Amino acid sequence: MLGFAVRRLALALAVALAVSAASFVLLRLSGDVAAAIAGEGARAEDIAFVRKAYGLDRPLIVQYAEWLGNTLRGDLGTSLYFKTDVSALVADKLPVTLILGLSSVLFALAVSLPLGILAAIFPNTWIDRLCLALAVLGQALPNFFFALCLILLFSISLRWLPVSGTGTWLHFVMPTIALGYYVAPAFMRLIRAGMIETLAADYVRTARASGLSPASVVFKHALRNALIPVVALAAVQLGFLLGGSIVIETIFALDGLGYLAYQSITYKDFPTTQAVVLLLSVVYIFLTFTADIVNAWLDPRLRVA
Amino acid sequence: MSAILTVEGLEVDLSVPAGTLHAVRDVSFEVARGETLCIVGESGCGKSMTALALMGLLPRNARRRARRLVFDGIDLAAASRTQTNDLRGSRMSMIFQEPMTALNPAYTIGNQLCGVYRRHKGGSAAAARERAAFLLGKVGIAAAGERLGQYPHQLSGGLRQRVMIAMALMCDPALIVADEPTTALDVTIQAQILKLLKDLQDEFGMALVLITHDLGVVARVADSVAVMYAGAIVERGTAAQVFAAPRHPYTAGLIDCIPVPGRTKPGERLGAIPGTVPALVGNITGCAFRSRCAHAQARCEDAPPQHAEGGHEWACIRGAA
Repeated sequence: MLGFAVRRLALALAVALAVSAASFVLLRLSGDVAAAIAGEGARAEDIAFVRKAYGLDRPLIVQYAEWLGNTLRGDLGTSLYFKTDVSALVADKLPVTLILGLSSVLFALAVSLPLGILAAIFPNTWIDRLCLALAVLGQALPNFFFALCLILLFSISLRWLPVSGTGTWLHFVMPTIALGYYVAPAFMRLIRAGMIETLAADYVRTARASGLSPASVVFKHALRNALIPVVALAAVQLGFLLGGSIVIETIFALDGLGYLAYQSITYKDFPTTQAVVLLLSVVYIFLTFTADIVNAWLDPRLRVA
Repeated sequence: MSAILTVEGLEVDLSVPAGTLHAVRDVSFEVARGETLCIVGESGCGKSMTALALMGLLPRNARRRARRLVFDGIDLAAASRTQTNDLRGSRMSMIFQEPMTALNPAYTIGNQLCGVYRRHKGGSAAAARERAAFLLGKVGIAAAGERLGQYPHQLSGGLRQRVMIAMALMCDPALIVADEPTTALDVTIQAQILKLLKDLQDEFGMALVLITHDLGVVARVADSVAVMYAGAIVERGTAAQVFAAPRHPYTAGLIDCIPVPGRTKPGERLGAIPGTVPALVGNITGCAFRSRCAHAQARCEDAPPQHAEGGHEWACIRGAA
C-alpha cells in the first residue's frame, strides 16, 4: 500500500510538471505579454523596451525555467491588473472556492448516496422512479436558474439566508445547494447502477447465505464495491467545481478563484492566469491522486497497479 | 437416524415475461442427520432452485410453496425472515458453484470468515480468528494464520473453494447445501474437494445436500440420490439402488453417459439422451420425459404412476423389472 502510494505520488509530480510546462507555453502563444504589460495604445518601441526589460526576448525555455524556479519559491509574480502580489491574491481567493467545492461535493454525496442505494434496493418501483425524477430535475435545471429560485425562496420570501457575500457559513448554504444539486444526479445514477450490480454479485449472495444482517449485506458487502467508480467521479467533479463555479460565484458574489480566473483572462493578466491554471491543475492532480489512494483502500486488487 | 430435513410438495414458481415458470414441481425428499443426498439432473431441471428454496435465497421474482418444509424441527415454511436469517450460516449453510466470485474481493479471508462466526456466535474477535484458523487447517490450507490476512484474489480457485467450505463450517452446521461445488474447478482439484467434503462430514457429522449434474460425483459421495427432470423428482433411492438398477429411463440414460474404465472401449460412442429439456412455462401434462424416451407409449400422455420398492421410488409406466 505504501509502495503504491509512493509510485502514484511520483507520477502525480511528473504530471504536474508537464502541465505547468504546457500551460506556460500555451499562454505565451495566446498573446503578447509585453504588449499586455505596456498597456493599450503603447507604441512599438515601448513594447520592445518592455520586452527587453522583462526578459521576454529570451528563449521560452529559459523564461519557463525562471518562472518555475520562482514558483517553487512561492513567488508567482505581480498581477498586471490588480498590481498586487499574485500569491497573496490567489491565497485570498482560494479558501472561498475550496469551501464551496468541497461542501458542494459533500452535499451531492449526502443527497445521492441514500437515494442511489434506495433506488438500487427497490429497482423499478415507485421509490426508484421518485429518485430518478429528482435526478432528472437536477440535471435539467440550469444551475443559475435554480440558484435564482433559491434566492427568491430563502432570501426574499423567507428571509432566512443572506443573498450574497462570504461573511458567514450561512452565505455558503445556497451556493452549495445550487452547485451540489447540479452534480448530484451523476452520482446518484452511478451509485444506483453500481449497487444494482453488486447486490446481484455472488459474494453478496454468499453474505446473505451466511445469515448476515441486511444492513451488513448492503453497507459492508455491496456498497464498498459499488463506491469505487463513485470515488473517481467525485474527484473529477470536485475539480470541475473548483474551476467551473464561475456562474455560481458570480450570482452569489462569492469572490473566489473562478471569478478571479474570469477577470484575469478578460484583462490579459498573464501572471494571474498562469497562477490560477497552475493551481487548479495541481489541485486536480492532487484529487486524482487522492481518489487513487482511496480506491486502493477500497479495493485491494488495485494496490498492485 | 432421524431426519434433519423433510421436504414435502415443494414448489417454486418464477414469474417471467412469458408467464409463470414452474421451476420446481411437487418435490419431496428427506435427509437424515449425517447423510449425503445428491440431487442430479441436467441444467435447468430445477435443482439449483430447489437448493435456493431450502435456504430461503430465491430470487425476487420467485415464489416458494411447500406442504412441509421442516429443518431440524423448525418449520421453514412458517419461519419469519429473521428466523431464517438466524439459521443461515449457522445451522444450515451453503457452498456455491463459483469460488472465484463467491468471496468479497474487498475484504480479507479472515474478515469474511470471522464475520459469519461473530454474527451467529458473538464472542471476541480472537475467538473467531482462532476458529477460522482451525477450520482453514481442517480444509487443508497450510499457513492458515497467514492466509487469514490475504484477499480472495491472492488465492487460486481450489483454495477459494476450500475457504468457502471453511466458511460454511464456521458455526458447526447440521446441514450443508452444496450447489455444484466442484463444477468450476480442475478435475484433479474436483476430486480433492469431494474427498475433503466427505472427510469433513465424517469428522463433523453434518448432513450434505449436494446438487450436481455429474453422476461421477454422485457415485463417489452419495448415500442416496434424487434424480430431477423438468422440475420434478423422477427417481429416488439409495445410491446402490439407483446405480445398480435404475428404474426410470432418464436415470438409465444418464448412467449410460458415464464412461467406465474397462467397460467403455476406446473409440466407442458414449450414451446420449436425444432432444432437450421441455420448457417449464405453463403446465406439463403426462410424463415430461416422453418426447425423449425410447420406451414412450400412448399411456405416457397421462400422469406417470408412482412406484415404490424398498425405499426406491420412481415415476414411470414401467414397473419393477
